[in-house]
Parts: sequence; structure tokens; C-alpha cells
Amino acid sequence: MRTLRFLLQKEFRQIFREPSILRVIFVMPIIQLLVLPWAADYEVKDIKLSVVDHDHSDYSRQLVSKITASAYFQLQDYTGSYQTALHEVEKDKADLILEIPASFEKQLIKEDKATLFMAVNAINGVKANLGGAYLRNIVQDYNSQVRTEWIQFPRFSPETNIEITSSNWFNPLMNYKYFMVPGILVILVTMVGSFLAALNIVKEKEIGTIEQINVTPVKKYQFILGKLIPFWVLGLIVLSIGMLIARVAYGIVPAGSLFAIYVFAAIYLLAVLGLGLLVSTFTGTQQQAMLISFFMMMVFILLGGLYTSIDSMPQWAQLITKINPVSYFIDVMRMVVLKGSSLGDIRNHLLIMFGFAVFFNGWAVISYHKRN
Amino acid sequence: MNNDKVITADQLTKRFGDFTAVDAISFDVHKGEIFGFLGANGAGKTTAMRMLSGLSLPTSGKATVAGFDVYRQNEKIKQNIGYMSQKFSLYEDLTVKENIRFYAGIYGKSDKFIKEKTVFILKHLHLESETNKLVRSLPLGWKQKLAFSVAIFHEPQIVFLDEPTGGVDPVTRREFWNMIYEAAESGITVFVTTHYMDEAEYCSRISIMVDGRIDALDTPQQLKKTFNAASMDEVFLKLARKATRGE
Repeated sequence: MRTLRFLLQKEFRQIFREPSILRVIFVMPIIQLLVLPWAADYEVKDIKLSVVDHDHSDYSRQLVSKITASAYFQLQDYTGSYQTALHEVEKDKADLILEIPASFEKQLIKEDKATLFMAVNAINGVKANLGGAYLRNIVQDYNSQVRTEWIQFPRFSPETNIEITSSNWFNPLMNYKYFMVPGILVILVTMVGSFLAALNIVKEKEIGTIEQINVTPVKKYQFILGKLIPFWVLGLIVLSIGMLIARVAYGIVPAGSLFAIYVFAAIYLLAVLGLGLLVSTFTGTQQQAMLISFFMMMVFILLGGLYTSIDSMPQWAQLITKINPVSYFIDVMRMVVLKGSSLGDIRNHLLIMFGFAVFFNGWAVISYHKRN
Repeated sequence: MNNDKVITADQLTKRFGDFTAVDAISFDVHKGEIFGFLGANGAGKTTAMRMLSGLSLPTSGKATVAGFDVYRQNEKIKQNIGYMSQKFSLYEDLTVKENIRFYAGIYGKSDKFIKEKTVFILKHLHLESETNKLVRSLPLGWKQKLAFSVAIFHEPQIVFLDEPTGGVDPVTRREFWNMIYEAAESGITVFVTTHYMDEAEYCSRISIMVDGRIDALDTPQQLKKTFNAASMDEVFLKLARKATRGE
């Protein structure tokens, strides 16, 4: 125990003496949490619309003004030629083309139906999808408006109409920040937990002090605990700062128990620290450790369910998310923060994370050798 | 086993794949000796030293350090040795005092022992005014002297020094060797590698490694006589010329 005390004392001294580490641990999370949630936005706004109107009728103008009245669309230009509009798309000045045929009004009145053509710039998939869907909604809305104008006193509605009203459970206003902020916080805690620890150990390899430790009677478990504990504490500090920012800046108060989050985070940090240790035993320089960490982080983030829903991934990708610790923490954060889950509800997540912790640390301890 | 022998090596060998870094070396080191370990770059000195200090597992052969077996009792050996590697290995971002306290602490020394001996050592090194300065800010010569003091702080039986005076000015080198003598007089056995032949003359006995083998082992006087040379420099050149291994 005494040896461990000396190791910890030395580690904390070094950490608090190094301004760059302090910046990474305290300043970066604060700035990222204050800035990123505003930018990492799921909502699509300001879709640039190009209208090709061959009709120039009352109805066509009504439709266009209805579309542009919504906050989602910006009328980029209003022309009479599809070619001109397509040219705008090619120059990336327009995202959507709505073509209104010449006989739009006439057909609508005479034949009771009319066709519109919509072309979507699908280079930005998300924007194209959502833009198309919004536009369809507005046109449908306009359609029913026209219908009510015509059928003044219907004894029976000529067509049955099913209307859907929805309510968003757990996040009534569909505020994306409620699930973005906890997600970003998870990523930050992961980075502090695993990669800073890995870099710290590899740095000792580089400057040769690890060899000096290896000729002392310090035991393997003492050395590893001496590295784990400081970064475990730092991870929990970052989490606390993050929760505070979430509350103060975004008004996010966990619906469930804060205790459940901390219990899970404590075990989660052990797991990612084990991963960091493992990285450090298989790398010799800080560059190598950085590169490996960087690639792992990419996988962690993209297959973690932060930006894309895991349920809509293909089967094989869903399997990968099962071995991604980050996906469990993001899940737990959303369950506890939004749904109000308790310790009992996240029992399975806890058990799996405990398994991760044992696996990574066990592997790291086995592959760390005091002599070669 | 003879109690006087603090290090014994018998056919000690280390192979890395096809390459035999240390080729069946045998020697004994006696208590209180300053044992010089010479050889060209790449001759296998550091590898041999790493095996004896428990950092590297021998491929074959036998060796004991402080009466403990290098295969099975390497952790016991560590309690009884000090080690100063080629790379400077104190923490540059800790102060002089913090470094001493840390290394003494992990060897299990008591707070009282650490406190008293720290005062003594710093006075001895004339580093009292630098006690609370970061090691980073010290000149190289002082760093090396401090590293040596830290390596023997826990009063080991044997201290291994791997080119301790590399890059150090002649005056500091002289002071450093005075410290080595003091350590040897207090009963610590010193096992030292060096490239400086004048330093070799200060050693009680010298072994010269060529291509992983020990080609000569004797007192400096006897070696000069055997090789009919005026200085250790000449002895070394005569032996090292035979080397076939490049750097």
C-alpha cells in the first residue's frame, strides 16, 4: 500500500504540473460541450429550393408561397426552365428542384388530379432525404387545403382521411441536445480515460523511466494501479464537470438517478482504462499509441450510436456495436438522462461492462512484462 | 557458494532470434569490487547487464546476483541492486527532492530514513539550493551525479552503471568517479560499463567483451602486462580490432 501511495503521489504531481495535460482534461471538455452540441445538429434547415414553374397560375404561386413560408426552405430561384435549375444544382446552389408542369392548374380543376416533379441533390444524403420528406408533407397539406376549398358542404367526405397526431415520449420537444450532450460527454470521458492513460505509460517507455521502475521491487499490479487510479479519478472529474455544464448550459437534468450514472461510469472507466493499458503494452512510442487510439476512436464514435441509430445499421455492424464499450455508455446515458432509468434497469449494461473491464485489464496485465 | 562472490555468471547466453547478443560468458564479481565492463558498441555489454539486473531473461546459462537466481528470484534481486541506465531516468518534471523521495519510497524505505538521508545526500552533492528545483533545469553532470545517488540511495549490495559518464565533462567525470570510490568503500559492489579507457584504469578488475564473448578478464595492470601494452587504450584496441560485428 505504501508503495502505491508513492506511485500515486508521483503521478498526480506530474499531471498537475503539466499545463498541456490540464488543458486537455479540463478546458477542452468544457469548450467542446459548450460548442459542439450547437453544431452537431440533426435538424435540416435552409434547404435551397429551385422552382421551375411552367404554369404561372394562381395555384402554382400559392403552392410556392406556402413552401417558402416554412422555415425549412429558401427559394433559391424561380425559373421557367428545368435546365437552368439543374445547373444551379450542379453548382451546389440548390438542393431541391420542384417542377410544376404547364397545365398544373387546368388539370387540377378539370381532372381532379395533377402531377408535380421533384428532383433531389443527393450528395448530402441526410439533407436530401429530409428535404424531400418535408416538401412532400407541404404538398400534401396544400392538397387537402385545395380539397376543402372545393368541397364546400360535403354531406359525406368523398375520401376517408386518416390523420396522425403524435407525441414524443421522453423528449417531448424533440430537443436533439438532450441526447447529443450526454453522448458527447461519453466520448470525452472515454478519451480521458483510455487514451491519456495509454499516452502516459508510453511516454515513460520513451524516456526510459519505465525501465528504472522495472528494476525496482515495484510489483506489476502496483505499477498498473498507480496508473489506473489517477486517470480513473480524472475521468470521474471530467464526467462531473460535464454533467454540471449539461445542467447549467442546456438545462439537462437527469430524469433518473445520478447515482446510476456514476456507478456505471466507474465501471466503464475501468474498462476503457484497461483498453488504454492494452494499447500501451503493444506500442513503443507516443505516435504509435496516438495513431491506434485515433483509429479506435473513429470506430467507437461511428459505431457507438451517437450520430446514427444502431437499430438501423446492418446486422454485422450491429454486432460490432456489441463489442464497443462506448455504445453501452451512450445507451445508459440516454436511458438514465431521458427515460429516467434506475440502477435496476441498466443491470445488464453494468454486467456487460464489468465483463469488458475484467477482459481488457486481464489481458493488459498478462501482456505487461517487467522483463523481456 | 562463496559469500564473497556477489555476482556469478556461468555460460550466460542471450539470443534474439538468430543473433547471439551475449555468448556464454562466465565471470565472478567480488564484494566491494569496482568491476569494469568494457567492449565496443554492440559487443553485448548492456544486454549482459540487463540480464543480471532482472530486466532481460537469459536464453541459457546460470547466474546469481546477491545470492539470488536470475531466473526464479529476479524480484528478490531487485531489492538488492541499484541500476543506472544509459538513458537518464529520473523524472525531469519532478524536483530533486521529489525524485529522491519517490525512488526511495518504492524501495520501501521509511519516511525517517528518507528525510535524513536526503538532507545528507543533497549536502554531499552541494545541491541544497536546488532541492526544490525541477530536475529538468539541472546541468547534465549534476543530473548524472544525482541519478547515481538515487541509484544507491536504498543502500543496495550492488549497483549497475551503464555508461554513467557519457557526455559529461572531465571535471565532473572525475567527481563522479570519486563518488564511485566512496560507494565501493562503503561496501557497495560497483558493476560499470564505460568507453573511457582512463576510467578503466580506476577499476579493480576489467572484462573486455568482443562480439558477445569475454575475451579478457583481469586487473588493469595484469592486462597491460599480458597484452604487452603501455595503456588500457592499447589493450582495448588490440582486442576490439578482432571484432567482426558492426555497430
